[in-house]
Amino acid sequence: MAETMVSDFERTMKVREARKEDLIQGQTGDWEIILGLEVHAQVSSNAKLFSASSTKFGAEQNTQVSFVDAAMPGMLPVINRFCVEQAVRTGLGLKAKINLRSVFDRKNYFYPDLPQGYQISQFKHPVVGEGEVILDMPDGRVVHVGIERLHLEQDAGKSLHDQHPAMSFVDLNRSGVALMEIVSKPDMRSADEAKAYVTKLRTILRYLGTCDGNMEEGSLRADVNVSVRKVGEKLGTRCEIKNVNSIRFIGQAIEHEARRQIEILEEGGKIDQETRLFDPKTGETRSMRSKEEAHDYRYFPDPDLLPLEFTQDWVDEIAASLPELPDDKKARLISEYGLSPYDATVLIGEGARADYFEAVAKGRDAKLAANWVTGELFGALNREGHSIEDTPVSSKQLGELIDLISDGTISGRIAKQVFDSMYKTGRDPAKIVEEEGLQQVTDFGAIEAAIDAVIAANPDKVEQTKVKPQLAGWFVGQVMKSTSGKANPSVVNEILAKKLGLSSDD
Amino acid sequence: MSDLTKLTLAAARDALRKKEVTSTELTGAYLKEMEAATPLNAYVTVTADKAMEMAKASDEKLAKGEGGDLEGVPLGIKDLFCTKDVLTTACSHILDGFIPPYESTVTANLWRDGAVMLGKLNNDEFAMGSSNETSFYGPVVNPWRRKGSDAKLVPGGSSGGSSAAVAARLCAAATATDTGGSIRQPAAFTGTVGLKPTYGRCSRWGIVAFASSLDQAGPITRDVRDAAIMLKSMAGHDEKDTTSVDRPVPDYEAALGQSIKGLSVGIPKEYRVEGMPKEIDDLWTRGIEWLKAAGANVKEVSLPHTKYALPTYYIVAPAECSSNLARYDGVRYGLRVDGKDITEMYENTRAEGFGAEVKRRVLMGTYVLSAGYYDAYYLKAQKVRTLIARDFAEAFSEADVLLTPTAPSAAFGLGEKTDDPLSMYLNDVFTVTVNLAGLPGISVPAGLSSEGLPLGLQLIGRTFDEETLLRAAFAIEEAAGFTAEAEAWWRA
Amino acid sequence: MSVDQKTVRHIARLARIAVRDDELEALAKELNGILDWVEQLGEVDATDVEPMTSAVAMAMKMRDDVVKAENLQKEVTRNAPGAEDGFFVVPKVVE
Ligand SMILES: [Mg+2]
Ligand SMILES: [Zn+2]
Repeated sequence: MAETMVSDFERTMKVREARKEDLIQGQTGDWEIILGLEVHAQVSSNAKLFSASSTKFGAEQNTQVSFVDAAMPGMLPVINRFCVEQAVRTGLGLKAKINLRSVFDRKNYFYPDLPQGYQISQFKHPVVGEGEVILDMPDGRVVHVGIERLHLEQDAGKSLHDQHPAMSFVDLNRSGVALMEIVSKPDMRSADEAKAYVTKLRTILRYLGTCDGNMEEGSLRADVNVSVRKVGEKLGTRCEIKNVNSIRFIGQAIEHEARRQIEILEEGGKIDQETRLFDPKTGETRSMRSKEEAHDYRYFPDPDLLPLEFTQDWVDEIAASLPELPDDKKARLISEYGLSPYDATVLIGEGARADYFEAVAKGRDAKLAANWVTGELFGALNREGHSIEDTPVSSKQLGELIDLISDGTISGRIAKQVFDSMYKTGRDPAKIVEEEGLQQVTDFGAIEAAIDAVIAANPDKVEQTKVKPQLAGWFVGQVMKSTSGKANPSVVNEILAKKLGLSSDD
Repeated sequence: MSDLTKLTLAAARDALRKKEVTSTELTGAYLKEMEAATPLNAYVTVTADKAMEMAKASDEKLAKGEGGDLEGVPLGIKDLFCTKDVLTTACSHILDGFIPPYESTVTANLWRDGAVMLGKLNNDEFAMGSSNETSFYGPVVNPWRRKGSDAKLVPGGSSGGSSAAVAARLCAAATATDTGGSIRQPAAFTGTVGLKPTYGRCSRWGIVAFASSLDQAGPITRDVRDAAIMLKSMAGHDEKDTTSVDRPVPDYEAALGQSIKGLSVGIPKEYRVEGMPKEIDDLWTRGIEWLKAAGANVKEVSLPHTKYALPTYYIVAPAECSSNLARYDGVRYGLRVDGKDITEMYENTRAEGFGAEVKRRVLMGTYVLSAGYYDAYYLKAQKVRTLIARDFAEAFSEADVLLTPTAPSAAFGLGEKTDDPLSMYLNDVFTVTVNLAGLPGISVPAGLSSEGLPLGLQLIGRTFDEETLLRAAFAIEEAAGFTAEAEAWWRA
Repeated sequence: MSVDQKTVRHIARLARIAVRDDELEALAKELNGILDWVEQLGEVDATDVEPMTSAVAMAMKMRDDVVKAENLQKEVTRNAPGAEDGFFVVPKVVE
């Protein structure tokens, strides 16, 4: 519905220009993509926005439908306080203005999965006003995306069109589920930025716990507004691609839609402002016939509901209960643990990952901890398709492994072997080291014996080494091999240097 | 006991408690009267079996000396109230066959207090009308006739079935709803008492919505005491309706008979409209005299925006109704008329399911909300509504109640105004202001026209001060001594 | 502001009410009659007046996030002109 919300002023104002590498080359010159997103995030509530029906996913058709949800005659909405609280919480998480007084409006249109014949939404006076989301792009750039507003509204039901050749089947289980519509400003310039925006938004929502961010189940969907313009020229007409439900599809839909618009414009055509649908099978967008009808939603304040009013005290209470948010966490990880911005960004993507890291890093070498968490552990999780929640290696165990390295019990190389075994079996590192006899050998006598054996077996190499000291490395390798890698490398180096007459400390 | 149906609700209640009569007898007597009164077309559904069952259950309670405030009292229910497992249509074709799986809060309150349901009463389709001629089930005929004439008259509307049924003794009392005058105007046309409570006093849950910010349920009864008794049962906070107010329900009956000495009564000068029939004006003057005689201080007050109330109403009510009636789409209940696709199905269903007046208002409401017109019509009307409410607030700073006529004329003939929507709308000129401001109002029968038809006086009160309103209404009722009754011509 | 037949057709379309061509003229006339009459609101200066948004002066109550788990599939579909398998059934919708 943002078409009516974005003012002419915003449509023509000077907006950030795209970077060279984000421009699309056309026949007639370079084109810039202007993107604004409307994200629908389902509030993680037990009951619906205006009724006590369950919001559980996957129930049998029309089994979670109250008389209110089915818009039976005489039924009235009663608002769910928890949903309002989550909207406020999300608003605070987006550093946005919270409106102590907002109004529910009716958006009137006919559709079989919209039983009332109107959607209860917020039009003129949303519960949350302007805010901001900060994107950390992989190349290190920081992009600021403005939030226009966040409002509460009802979800519609679902129509199934493929059950019968001439009929559609309507399931109202979703009808009335609470959504937060989060409207961005047209501040994005590439599919990557749009994808990063949705990813970041989802991260924030998950930190706040206000939406589970599950795109497969439709808890998070994006309407993508795409327009193109020649660099420096006036903003073009935009098309809205409805209900895109994966981050990958968002990227594909934008790429396709931008190219489609450029093609039309370069051929001298004009863009019709319309609603389009992305088809994941073809990777293309197409016009939505059902929404062709002139948009005249006849918004007016819902006379069944009084204005939504709450106190600043309540907002303050909610603010006091907010968790540390991703941007703050990132700053703290950098300052407190000396992490690189890259590592910090990787860690904050999921709150649980950052928590894991902090548990490992506590009282240990933070850089070593970061390497092990982001390198070995995340690598293994990604390879095995595990989430941090079901990691076979607990943060306590990984910490113990790092302790074994730090106190010289095992070498870094052996540690990798131990880690693999921990990941496979879930056993404690100390146990693995002990049972498999992986402790480093630091016993001078044993190492000396091994070195003597190698030297005795290779007199020619000894001679060559006297001329070419670099060959000492070959002896180290042989000794490690004969000790199954358990010899402490610094002890090996020290004795070898003496025996080969390379000692430099005199 | 003879002539059971002549008993007022209060008298019936007392007789039941004293076991002078059983609910079964009383209910049976009403069902017989109802059968004899089919020419009035007051009931659209008679629930005789259910009534007798409920009566029997009441009798068992009464026999044990138990039971609620209305135990065993037979009532008629406007068809706008959803009644569980009983056909509810709002007298619209589009709700054909609709059997609600739920009970409206107001009727549930009445059953909680022991009342017995006789059946569902006719009304204007979706409560849109002032004569009960827009009902899909045909018009209701007023039990009253002009002296020496057998011309059929309208019972007022939209609660015409309720007013006719109470006037013709077809129930002890009836529920009704009032969006622009639909309780008070029909009461005035039939010599009954009609009470529209403060907006928010009764729950709207389960009442088929017309205009949500104006609709309010209330009773139509034989006298003021009955209205007080009915309101006590109907009213109350309902957590299912966030516009219903959370404050205790007083014992309204206790307010009756208390002196009105020193009560300040305002006479809004703007209600003396041009072309008001002399007999209405005279009635009003008489009302003023009665209140003065009872010790009230009468003073003129001003409600400067009165003339804008009707135009405001005819923007706000259609706008809300155009949206409220969008749910009648042939998908989940009621009528469906097929078409070649979903849009045609909608259009055919709604074209055939809605009557002319409903369509007129839905179209009007759609227009005033549509792009480019919202500010000029809807927003403007809501602003004027604020001014109208402010007028009342001002007037109530110097008056406790206001006294006006209820309607600009006595009951008119069937079909007399159906071709001219505007002249029909003008019927509500004295009543709509009250809905726009959310105030309580009551119509009390106060005399007869030169043609022998009942005329009503309206009292308007402060928000949630139904007690003062009823106290003043009781004083008018006592002074007027209205005892006339319609002759039972409908019995063959 | 005068409503012509084209406008009536448009409104009727928005309101999903089929209107025959031979009804348009009469409907336009009726609507214009009412609109001309409500036009008198133009006389009122309400520039700085807040629109009335509710007829009752109180704060909106909110309910707790508690599920009333009852399966009303039968009850909500029992009045439907078209129902199958617990679904509402309507003429095919083309997206
Ligand atoms: Mg949208
Ligand atoms: Zn939305």
